[in-house]
Amino acid sequence: MSELLIPFAYDYMVKAMWVSALVGGVCAFLSAFLMLKGWSLMGDALAHSIVPGVAVAHLLKLPYSIGAFIAGLLAALGMLLVKSRSKLREDAVIGIVFTAFFAAGLLLASLNPSSVNIQSIALGNILGISDSDVVEVVVISTVTLVILLVTWKDLMLVFFDEAHARAAGLRPDVLKVLFFTLLSAMTVAALQTVGAVLVIAMVVTPGATAFLLTDRFPRLIAISVAIGAATSFSGAYLSYFIDGATGGVIVTLQTLVFLAAFLFAPRHGILAARRLAGGAASTSPVSPDAVREASP
Amino acid sequence: MTTPPTAEHLLSVSSVTVTYPSGTTALDRVTFSLDAGSICGLVGINGSGKSTLFKAIMGFLKPREGEIRIAGLPVASALRQGLVAYVPQSEEVDWNFPVLVEDVVMMGRYGHMGLLRRPSAEDHQKVDAALERVGLTALRHRQIGELSGGQKKRAFLARAIAQEGRLILLDEPFTGVDVKTEAAIVELLRELRAEGRLMLVSTHNLGSVPDFCDEVVLILRTILAAGPTATTFTQANLQRAFGGVLRHFRLDGASLHDDADQRGLMVLTDDERPLVFYGDGSALGEAPPLHSTGTPPALPEKTGEPS
Repeated sequence: MSELLIPFAYDYMVKAMWVSALVGGVCAFLSAFLMLKGWSLMGDALAHSIVPGVAVAHLLKLPYSIGAFIAGLLAALGMLLVKSRSKLREDAVIGIVFTAFFAAGLLLASLNPSSVNIQSIALGNILGISDSDVVEVVVISTVTLVILLVTWKDLMLVFFDEAHARAAGLRPDVLKVLFFTLLSAMTVAALQTVGAVLVIAMVVTPGATAFLLTDRFPRLIAISVAIGAATSFSGAYLSYFIDGATGGVIVTLQTLVFLAAFLFAPRHGILAARRLAGGAASTSPVSPDAVREASP
Repeated sequence: MTTPPTAEHLLSVSSVTVTYPSGTTALDRVTFSLDAGSICGLVGINGSGKSTLFKAIMGFLKPREGEIRIAGLPVASALRQGLVAYVPQSEEVDWNFPVLVEDVVMMGRYGHMGLLRRPSAEDHQKVDAALERVGLTALRHRQIGELSGGQKKRAFLARAIAQEGRLILLDEPFTGVDVKTEAAIVELLRELRAEGRLMLVSTHNLGSVPDFCDEVVLILRTILAAGPTATTFTQANLQRAFGGVLRHFRLDGASLHDDADQRGLMVLTDDERPLVFYGDGSALGEAPPLHSTGTPPALPEKTGEPS
């Protein structure tokens, strides 16, 4: 029994678990929005695009979150620019822009091999995180969380129906820029925990899982955040025992939760669908909830 | 402003020109005005500028020239006051979005809420009333995509009602909707008209226009004609708006009857509800039994391609 508590005896483990939970929860908040719009790959693109920013920041001895953030914004703007000035499809534009940034990052890093550890950017290094980095990550995540808590309803309106959002007096363009700014900021934070390669999972999987479990947006956010925070916390915890890369453990856990929802979700799961299809053909495909509350 | 807002038209579009970045001019000096308490059809072929005009009224596009005023206000301030409600085309909506019917209607109240968008008792009551009015109270806890086509339309109309907009824009509301639902929606629009709201309905479904529109605006990049349906929705104007695009059947007086009667029969259709003219082709209100039924009795359905 006491063996299970060992990770809590080490400061660096406690720090890793709480920081991971915070980052995982806030990323999951963003994922509730991101996966609805078919923009999931934007998260991946941003994560790869911030690598040159990190390399340049190291060269200039700046905090690397600043370099990463600027690179992320440049990449996002670059994608918007290419998309609005060409007839290329979005996926092609994303592919071109983010690989260009990633390549530039690799090039810069290989020219100054001593200054940047590419592996810690690509795979994350939460167990070895420095105190100043912890402060950075916590500040970024907390600010993002507060902004999301204030604006999530407005963002929901913009994501669901931009024209109506405008009719309700909102500024969809401003809110979309805000959302991508927050996304860039959180990919920088998540870089520390799971690394650039796996950030995509943090900002997609929890939301996608929650999507299978509810039809109400506030609940979707709550479930998503719970999944993100819990898997990140326990992923960091487990990585002490199995001595694996923290990012790998966290994302594997998230995938397992997703698979469980995919199979067993009460309404949108595979088994529920099969039960409905196999059951009485006369019953309409409506949840017990809806029948109880609505009785049409 | 020299005149007080009350003296203005509810919607006034003056000399609006919209040019897209690609260089195409989508709207060319469009001018018309509409008053409260009316249902107006915005009629034109696909690509005639109907959606562009809607986007300009919603503030998505800035006119290169000209000006749009709503209740005497510039578009931005009118939107901030929630004066404009929008009922989207079905294809524009993500029906898998995790919101319930009542959530969608509540979105109509956002403009009335504070910074954190916490609904008040009044907001809840307005949503209940709007749902009741369109007959969706029993289905309010369904996910929006679980509704039928007509119910979906009614849900978005309920949102417009809850919003209490004075100008309601409806984008192709009858596409993919059966005749019975169409009648129900028209009935609702008439009620809203009686409350003094203005409905601008974009449609390419000609047959139903005389049924419910008080006024029509015929558009083909510029305004071809605008005014009361009886005097504007004429054969000559429609041929200019739709020239060559629609199926066009014509039966002259001689082939219809064996007397000296020179009146002929004309059918315009895009394979939805056909529009039937009977007579000399000027005023439409002269043949109510014909244009109010789905298919003209004088013509068997789908008699083949016009020669």
